Amino acid sequence: MSDFDEELTKLALAEDGKRETSVFSNPGMHFPWLQERIETVVTGGKKKRDFAQTTSACLSFIQEALLKHQWQQAAEYMHSYLQTLEDSDTYKRQNAPEVIWKLGSEILFYHPKSNVETFNNFADRMKNIGVLNYLKISLQHALYLIHHGKLEDANRNLSDAETWRYGEKSSSQEVLINLVQAYKGLLQYHTWSKKKTELSEIDKDDYAYTSETGNSGNQSCRTSTSICALLKTPGVWDPFVKSYVEMLEFCEDRDGAREILTNYAYDEKFPSNPNAHIYLYEFLKREKAPRAKLISVLKILHEIVPSHPLMLEFHTLLRKSDTEEHQKLGLSVLFEFLDFAGCTKNITAWKYLAKCLKQTLMEGHLVWVEEEWMSRRSWWPTFHFSFFWAKSDWKADADLACEKAFVVGILLGKGCRYFRYIVKQDHETLKKKIKRMKKCVKKYSIVNPGVCT
Amino acid sequence: MLPLMLGRVRKARTWDLGCLQEILKSFTERCSQCAAVSWGLTDEGKYYCTSCHNVTDRSEEVVSTAVITNTKINSISRGLRKRSKHEKGWDWYVCEGFQCILYHQAEALKTLGVGAELKNEVLHNLWKRYLQKSKQAYCKNPVRTRGRKAKVLGDNLQSSDCASELELLSDTTLESGAEFQSDPQIPKPFPLVKASPKSEAADVCSGSVDGVEYSEWKEKGVLKMTVPRTLALCYLSLLWQRETITLSDLLRFVEEDRIPYVNAFQLFPEEMKVYGRDKGIFAVESWPDYEDIYKNMIEVAIFLDLPRFPDVTEDCYLHPNILCMKYLLELNLPEMHSLTCQVVKMTGIGEVDFLTFDPIAKKKRTVKYDVQAVAVIVVVLKLLFLLDDKLEWSYSSLAEAYNEEHREDEPQFDFRKWYQVMKKTFDEKRQKWEEARAKYSWKTKRPIYRSHIDKSVMYKRREMVEHLQKQFSALVGSTPVAEKKDPSSFQFNWTEGDTGSPCFHGHSLQGLLRTKGQSLITKNSLYWLSTQKFCKSYCKHVTTYEESNFSLSYQFILSIFSFLLRIKTSILHEEVSLIEKKLFEKKYNESKKRSRPKKVRRH
Repeated sequence: MSDFDEELTKLALAEDGKRETSVFSNPGMHFPWLQERIETVVTGGKKKRDFAQTTSACLSFIQEALLKHQWQQAAEYMHSYLQTLEDSDTYKRQNAPEVIWKLGSEILFYHPKSNVETFNNFADRMKNIGVLNYLKISLQHALYLIHHGKLEDANRNLSDAETWRYGEKSSSQEVLINLVQAYKGLLQYHTWSKKKTELSEIDKDDYAYTSETGNSGNQSCRTSTSICALLKTPGVWDPFVKSYVEMLEFCEDRDGAREILTNYAYDEKFPSNPNAHIYLYEFLKREKAPRAKLISVLKILHEIVPSHPLMLEFHTLLRKSDTEEHQKLGLSVLFEFLDFAGCTKNITAWKYLAKCLKQTLMEGHLVWVEEEWMSRRSWWPTFHFSFFWAKSDWKADADLACEKAFVVGILLGKGCRYFRYIVKQDHETLKKKIKRMKKCVKKYSIVNPGVCT
Repeated sequence: MLPLMLGRVRKARTWDLGCLQEILKSFTERCSQCAAVSWGLTDEGKYYCTSCHNVTDRSEEVVSTAVITNTKINSISRGLRKRSKHEKGWDWYVCEGFQCILYHQAEALKTLGVGAELKNEVLHNLWKRYLQKSKQAYCKNPVRTRGRKAKVLGDNLQSSDCASELELLSDTTLESGAEFQSDPQIPKPFPLVKASPKSEAADVCSGSVDGVEYSEWKEKGVLKMTVPRTLALCYLSLLWQRETITLSDLLRFVEEDRIPYVNAFQLFPEEMKVYGRDKGIFAVESWPDYEDIYKNMIEVAIFLDLPRFPDVTEDCYLHPNILCMKYLLELNLPEMHSLTCQVVKMTGIGEVDFLTFDPIAKKKRTVKYDVQAVAVIVVVLKLLFLLDDKLEWSYSSLAEAYNEEHREDEPQFDFRKWYQVMKKTFDEKRQKWEEARAKYSWKTKRPIYRSHIDKSVMYKRREMVEHLQKQFSALVGSTPVAEKKDPSSFQFNWTEGDTGSPCFHGHSLQGLLRTKGQSLITKNSLYWLSTQKFCKSYCKHVTTYEESNFSLSYQFILSIFSFLLRIKTSILHEEVSLIEKKLFEKKYNESKKRSRPKKVRRH
């Protein structure tokens, strides 16, 4: 057998592979004729028009070209694909504008010969083919313009889209209209915030300052109407919320801002969104809201994202609280935070955990610690406290290693390798600390010495 | 020239319109309602405003009796009034449309090098015969809507400038006389299956006079003309002339846009408006399919009741011996012509009676010359190499070794090398072909709308597409469009040095043959059949070609050979099976009696 025979076999295998991926055949069982049959059934026994066949081939050529970033080829095929706008199949013809818009805008976005003008031309044409795509295309057109720094044009575009009405069709696209308005609001925010930074450089007593502040007040009012409608519809609207709240706060409309944020975070119709809680927490913190309130906000965030950096803040808040429940939660917040691979080198977390463990055990809540440790006993030793980690932690950050050693000493006893390795190290500045640690571990460790490795 | 009815009809009409226009021009008052000066004549001879349809009291006393007595004027002015709302154009009939397509197809064939007689005599006669058989013209009682066509013919015969055309029409093969005389009877309309009252609904309309009736016309025994059937007519006339164009060539030329077919209606004169029901009749959104045109061709031949075609003899292009030679060259195979001739002889497919098309005697079938010739080559390859994914490779290794040692000699044919070259070339060709197809533009500058309501939308859409296309073609830049190659019945040229692919034409088959007595026979003595058993009569079971049942070499050969002809692999496989049946049936039956071996021993 030569390699050439293999070539043939390879060829056959490739063909087989192709067949297997087809929709109608399961692996190990293929009927090449079946696909054809099914197609004829779908087309009502009639042969598929070559028009349909070539245009769908054309579509796959375009997709392939896009995938390979061959914009020139893609444009070439696009030239032919445009005829689907004249497809005699009504269903296909109605879907054509959207497909063409998506492909065409992609090509024009990347094509070296394309420029803003070409794109504008294309978008304006496509907007007016059929009515259903007007808003979507307008919005994407505006985003393109924003991307290219043409904020004024984008604004004009959005204004046009905002006032667009088409009977029932426009009412069904309410969300889109809201989105258009919100983007307009966002643009207004942009100019406002630019002005704000300019103002901050001017002297407050200056005549210009007072007149300008008045102006920006007006602006935020207008923005509020633009963004407000969107924020009533369920969805994730982070940038809009953030900028809107900033403007409201600037106008000292705290109640308004609070309402928006509370609604955004707590309305059940909205999808679960950690940022909503973060914004609310940050706002409340700025407002110097009572601790209980802050805790309640972070509690929800803790449920959604236990690894969020704010969890450390949450922990300190909980420690400051007097109730036992909060103390216990404070401990588990740290444990859960450290469950995540991305947080393993967070020295603050380890420091907090070391402190918290010591205090908890001092207060005699051994049960709490055991409760947390129970589920982690099986994997934390290898996850955090392997010999490898001991070496690399010590090398990278001796302080971190010390904190970890303390924790591991308490949880696994002084016999464990991580602990032994750190203790063995001879370090001038940390000598005292390690000595203290050894003492503590002896006193508080939750395991009997010698049991663990 | 081709049947010139079209020309004649038009001439008559322009003359009529000319008279009418003169009358109308003389009336230059402004319309009392819209102040426009645009007048038409009603049936009653009154003026009406074409822009607001206000009818004046003033009536025209037409001086020219020639015009007023002619009923045609009435129908034209009626047409004017009715049509002015939508499209101004000539009154034309569906069969005129087909005639126009045929005319252009014949012209295209002429530019491809086909003799002029094809258009002037053969196709002309076939078309006349078709009109006659379908009772649309050249007969006593032609079916006609609002019967005008027959009259036009009659009228024109009386005008002297049609003398040359008259000659044409007095064709001896057709019964002349009665059908050309002015027919006093009112011709019958198309007999409709359901006598639907002529619907005036906005969505039922057509640019042709009889488009609506034609699309609903169903009469037993009448073969309605369709666009694919125009090609069938073309092929029939090519076959009659024994031209050097096979059906697959014809279809390839269509696909290369050398012969009008897709959107052939765009060749109609500007004044022949195409819309509404005409769409179903003239718009085509597929390329012709080999099997389909073949079937149509036989149907048309039977419908036309054609006599036996001229004999296909050994010196004809369509004879398998010659076609095999052509395809051997095309497929870059060495000289194995003697082998193909032998197969042709043994199977009897070279006989004149077998090859000649005789619609009356051999109903429902004729020879697919091109497919058959290629199938013969497949059989020969199977005889030489067995194509069982083993023997061909071991022969290749032998040939390779031989060629290494004898660099000076004529090289032996190396199947492996041939495979590599062909695979690469055909993959590239197929890729290019697929790309070209994907880029094919189906739509024309003349969109066909279904109803008047759609018209503006369709035109707007067209404009939009053109604008967008312009935009994208600007992005394509100045990549030189591969200039169209001259039409050729050859798709590959291996002898040209610059292609970079080696040419196998001069290679020898020495390693595959051995001498036995006086003659050379193949070294390989085995053969496998493409079908499991031979059927008693012609049956369809051979058509199911399940690829996975066959060796990879066989699949490869079928796939490139059928791509060459642009046919489905199953058709070629079927043809191979038919030839094998002819070649081995006797042997097979004998051996079956003795035992049931899977492989049939040859010689």
